[in-house]
Amino acid sequence: MLHALDGVGERVLTSGAELAAFGSDALTAFYERPLAVVVVESGEEVAEVVGLCHREGVPFVARGSGTSLSGGSLPVGGGIVIALNRMNRVLSVDPDARTAVVEPGVINLNVSAAAAPHGLAYAPDPSSQSVCTIGGNLAFNSGGAHCLKHGMTANHILGLRVVLPDGETVELGGDSTEHVGPDWTAIFTGCEGLFGIAVEATLRLVPVPESVRTTLTVFDSLERAGDAVAAIVGAGLIPVAMEIMDALAMEAAEASVKPGYPVGEALLIVELEGEEAVVEEELGAVEGLLRECGCGEMRTTADPDERALIWKGRKSAFSAVGWLAPDYIVQDGVVPRTRLGEALREIDRLSAERGIRVANVFHAGDGNLHPLILYDGREEGAVERAEELAADILALCVELGGSITGEHGVGVEKREYMRLMFSADDLALMEDLRAAVDPGRLANRGKMLTPPAEMGATSATGSAS
Amino acid sequence: MSAFVASDAATVREAVREGEPLVPVGGGTHSATVPGPDGPVRALDVSGLTGVVDYDPAELTITVRPGTPLAEIDALLAANGQHLPFDPPRLGEGATVGGAVAAGVTGPSGFAAGIRDFVVGVRFIDGTGRLAMSGGRVVKNAAGFDLPKLMVGSLGRLGVITELSLKVFPRPEATATVRFPTVGLPAGLAAVAALARAPIPVTALDLAPTGTVTARLSGVDGPKSADIERFSAHQHGGIGGRAERLAGLVEPGGAALEDEARHWDEGRRFAWVGEDARLVVVPLAPRQVVALDADLERHGARRRYGLAANVAWVAWPDAAPLADLSELLAGQAMSGVVLTGSSLVGRSPSDPALDGPLIGAATGGAFGRRIAGALDPAGVFAGGAR
Repeated sequence: MLHALDGVGERVLTSGAELAAFGSDALTAFYERPLAVVVVESGEEVAEVVGLCHREGVPFVARGSGTSLSGGSLPVGGGIVIALNRMNRVLSVDPDARTAVVEPGVINLNVSAAAAPHGLAYAPDPSSQSVCTIGGNLAFNSGGAHCLKHGMTANHILGLRVVLPDGETVELGGDSTEHVGPDWTAIFTGCEGLFGIAVEATLRLVPVPESVRTTLTVFDSLERAGDAVAAIVGAGLIPVAMEIMDALAMEAAEASVKPGYPVGEALLIVELEGEEAVVEEELGAVEGLLRECGCGEMRTTADPDERALIWKGRKSAFSAVGWLAPDYIVQDGVVPRTRLGEALREIDRLSAERGIRVANVFHAGDGNLHPLILYDGREEGAVERAEELAADILALCVELGGSITGEHGVGVEKREYMRLMFSADDLALMEDLRAAVDPGRLANRGKMLTPPAEMGATSATGSAS
Repeated sequence: MSAFVASDAATVREAVREGEPLVPVGGGTHSATVPGPDGPVRALDVSGLTGVVDYDPAELTITVRPGTPLAEIDALLAANGQHLPFDPPRLGEGATVGGAVAAGVTGPSGFAAGIRDFVVGVRFIDGTGRLAMSGGRVVKNAAGFDLPKLMVGSLGRLGVITELSLKVFPRPEATATVRFPTVGLPAGLAAVAALARAPIPVTALDLAPTGTVTARLSGVDGPKSADIERFSAHQHGGIGGRAERLAGLVEPGGAALEDEARHWDEGRRFAWVGEDARLVVVPLAPRQVVALDADLERHGARRRYGLAANVAWVAWPDAAPLADLSELLAGQAMSGVVLTGSSLVGRSPSDPALDGPLIGAATGGAFGRRIAGALDPAGVFAGGAR
């Protein structure tokens, strides 16, 4: 296998030191040592390497910046990692069609930078947008704080060129917002790499809004903050984002990036964007509703620096809880928005019952919760207790009619929980789809679906780093 | 062949397990996709699978059975101040929600709210008779393959939908429409591009071959905030002032269109297509419009370009062979779906250009064939489309 990769020359990494950086992604509890990392530079090279893997029966995993929170880019032990970071060009921007054609290794924020001279932007904004790549975003149908208005990544992918797991290259979709026939582009998006590797994507761009207003306020309970969100939606308003942080998450944010948030039990960020006159009109309505719901100190700003600081506090919340505890598990459950209050009360009860601290950060507008379960890995049994609580929270989300993941994907982390949401028939159908596209189950083996025993993939727990 | 009438998911499964070719049919308003009475493919009548399964307005989602008429859903949503922003075409009285999703076509007032973005959950019976669920009733979900979106445009070829969950949006209180003067197609395209990038979001952006642009916006009548002081320094957010501003964004400027609600109501019924032509929906990019328009003109086909020139709606004359349009589209790497006119289901496979409602370039390639093969290994639904 390695000999056959000679053509790619020095871009094949095989030494222990070189491979070490690729053994894990942002889900650091898992580590696997790949056979080799191939740093590709074109779609043709991807097809060549994948074709070789297919002929040799060697599993492969595509990787961008390795920011997956679900272990999505964890290597398969003894498999190949196809590193896409050098395929990082924005190939074209069509301002009239409001589209951009990009390579998969391009960093999310760089798409908006390329579109900015035309008054356009790429809407999906995962918290890691300054480092994560479009290839990973589309493989995991990533979200972000602004999904409430703009939708997830799938809503912004119009066309794809993909290398299937046998090395064949096909084109899906096109450069229109409309399509005919089954939406092949959409089913490839969010496939977690199981259907192959996207080597080029046509993205939908949106006009940069004329006006953006960010309102920050606090409440004396999470429940009241949740009621305020319900009141805003109930009034027929769709802000571009509505985010809540609890006291513990606020404390962590203050300790790390010091956003200067007001003091309270729950922080609510509401962002409105659009036409200036309409935003002003809606802002008046939002501020009125927040006051009716009993908010404390309220700040509204249009200043880009102040807005950036507000969002910095929110977007760094995951890493900030590192100030509160040595280790934590990030969860990504979804509940119907009307059951947010119920979900939070139950999480609070579980947290108190187990004596495990949980910080809550969530996309309140669409019911996407990110409980951060804090623990100290050096304590005997602490990991297991934290994982147990995480499992109970996911079960709770499903019980309330929601999902085990809103935007991080299943990856290696949550595949055991798929059966909470899906029946045996549902899962069998997914496995059939996967097997039809990839009979050898070589593409990102071990992610999303539990592989058949004979495939000898990564164990459920992985090996601790 | 007589239709098999389904009364619930179990009878759908029964019909599928018989293994004879069939195509699900709701209201039958997409007549080209409905099996003919004498053809080899049987209609699976799902118009009896009706009813709202779950609707809590505060969730901004609705779960319905596929045979539920769009008119019924519209009325229920309107009573709660909501609507389907993707504005699905209403080609006849009986148009159903299942048919809207299976056709996968966004209506004229659905710019920036494409139908594919609003289907969040599905239950369906695949070609092996298996009942499967994918997605759910929440608006954000990344668990498992996104089969709800796959079903958008599937024309019943991948399975029979038995339940759908859709996102809905607040219904705008007011709408206004601005019509711009006739300037010829290239200048009209430039105006569309400018308006689509403009600071005023529009919900419809239509272009006629003459270059006439018609844009719609939605919002509120006038300021409602108690905090009127705020507006002293700003133009208020009422629809009239915004329409005026929109009208002045491109040269030559536009003017308000009277009776605009009726204009768009007719638009979603596609009444302009007439009795002697088929409605064909062709996705495209703005840069492809000029070349396609010249071809369509040559064939005497009336047409409009919608959703900021992301789609061509073509009235293909019955007098012209449909195979010509298929060939013309394939030559420009475009595809189309034929929605109306006589049945295109179960035609002779020896005439591949006409073996289903999908025409022009094939979509999905080897990937599509493998996915379709997994969902329908015996080809029970193959009569529906390629």
